[in-house]
Amino acid sequence: MNPVTGLAQKMTKPEGGPVFDVETVRKDFPILATPVVHGRAFLDSAASAQKPVQVIDAVRRCYEAEYANIHRGVYELSALATRNFEHARDKVQAFLNARESKEIIFVRGGTEGVNLVASAYGDKFIGEGDEILLTYLEHHSNIVPWQLLAERVGAKVRPIPIDDNGVLILEEYEKMLSPRTKMVAMTHASNALGTIVPVKQMTQMAHAQGAVVLIDGCQGAPHMKVDVQDLDCDFYVFSGHKVYGPSGIGALYGRRELLEAMPPWQGGGDMIESVSFEKTTFAPLPNKFEAGTPHISGAAGLAAAIDYVTKLGLDNVAAHEVSLLREATLRLEQIPGVRIFGRAEEKAPVLSFLIDGAHPHDVGTIFDHSGVAVRAGHHCAQPVMERFGIPGTVRASFALYNTRADVDLLVEAVDKVKEIFG
Amino acid sequence: MSSELRDLYQEVILDHGRSPRNMRVPEGANHHADGHNPLCGDQVTVHLKLDGDIVADVGFEGHGCAISMASTSLMTEILKGKTVDEAHALFRRFHDLVTGSHDSEGEEVNEEDFERLMVLSGVAEYPMRVKCATLCWHTMEAAVKGEEAVSTENE
Repeated sequence: MNPVTGLAQKMTKPEGGPVFDVETVRKDFPILATPVVHGRAFLDSAASAQKPVQVIDAVRRCYEAEYANIHRGVYELSALATRNFEHARDKVQAFLNARESKEIIFVRGGTEGVNLVASAYGDKFIGEGDEILLTYLEHHSNIVPWQLLAERVGAKVRPIPIDDNGVLILEEYEKMLSPRTKMVAMTHASNALGTIVPVKQMTQMAHAQGAVVLIDGCQGAPHMKVDVQDLDCDFYVFSGHKVYGPSGIGALYGRRELLEAMPPWQGGGDMIESVSFEKTTFAPLPNKFEAGTPHISGAAGLAAAIDYVTKLGLDNVAAHEVSLLREATLRLEQIPGVRIFGRAEEKAPVLSFLIDGAHPHDVGTIFDHSGVAVRAGHHCAQPVMERFGIPGTVRASFALYNTRADVDLLVEAVDKVKEIFG
Repeated sequence: MSSELRDLYQEVILDHGRSPRNMRVPEGANHHADGHNPLCGDQVTVHLKLDGDIVADVGFEGHGCAISMASTSLMTEILKGKTVDEAHALFRRFHDLVTGSHDSEGEEVNEEDFERLMVLSGVAEYPMRVKCATLCWHTMEAAVKGEEAVSTENE
């Protein structure tokens, strides 16, 4: 889908879903009414999104009425908890349009998902002289696990370059692909610049060379409908806390054949079929990759978060967010001394910029004083910062609960910085 | 503008932040250390020319926010000609100043020098910015000891 074009139209005439009204959805987020946030602009949802009452209630309900360890007890409460946990897995399956729910592995978040694949898939199927292609846009969490793997097995990590707009240079990518390419790991959308990566096309190109593809969907899943069958990727990871769910839970989608061919990652309870000192046999998917007691209430919260965004309609959410991104971009680019980084045509709602003469860290402090919460720094994406020759940026990111008033505050905060540093 | 913000970004700080003094490698420098704040990417290398226990000259290279640049610049101006012990004492007093604590009470320092550091007292209202102000001092101490690298995360 294209979250940028034709959105104004969808805003007024949503197809099917309910009309998106930001003032109504804001009432779902209790934190927006607290003294620390009320009247201020929370523009750091790309780091972690706030939680609607539906998610908070689901976590509370889990602990108040439906909690026991899963997969163990013969009693009714444990059976109920197990059903809920597996029901959450079904929600994630539908959210990503995976073929089967056993292709969904619960993990702590995107980082753990990438580490799981880099270890369990990488150690077995990637060896000396093989190449792992990443993009310049990657978050450290989709760089470091591959570097560690490359060091272990003697493989090589190569970055796919981007142009000055922060868009991947596909001609260069094409040239880098070869039979040595065993893995292409790329973000769905850049957390630092917003660039939406043409992951479907790049997956096809990778597959044509026999490479396996992992997509880091941490900045994709909150803003666009994901269909892993349509993308045809082999692995997809995302974090629950960025889609309005709890922190500490996320999911890894893996193509079943690959997950079955992979050895277990962590050993422990729940991931075995039987254990003896002579021989241990492992549980079938998905339990093989879920050692130990999982984040049971987190799964309940994630299921509620998925219900929440699905009910609002991710198309409606994206339309709202992109209209804010556009307005903020238009207004900031008119201010002399503001430089915007990331000029891709298709962007997740992330606006990265610098104000001449002011270090991002100082901007962050002054913004905070002006009632605007943003991220300032390298956004755990140092290679892309180096690519632009800057130590970091100021990043305003928009979510479904942000408003035009938030954009006004952002513009006022920029003026304040110019007043001090101008 | 709020007074807290004005206290933090005083004209002296903005001036030192914009045009830091002693951004150079002093001739004959014999102690060096790199300081790094991995959270915000601030980077500073402190070069000392120690003559016995006297800081004969001091310079630095690096980049960072206005607070860290101003703090480094001021530190280099103040340390020149001091003894190593005086430098340590100044840091202890300065650390208390920017963290709002009182661990160094009774510590003797040149009060005129300390007055100059007072422009950074506004940092105490911003716990997230303490490391910006103290990175250069930690790095200076590492250089004196002969350690090569210091990170604010080891504090």
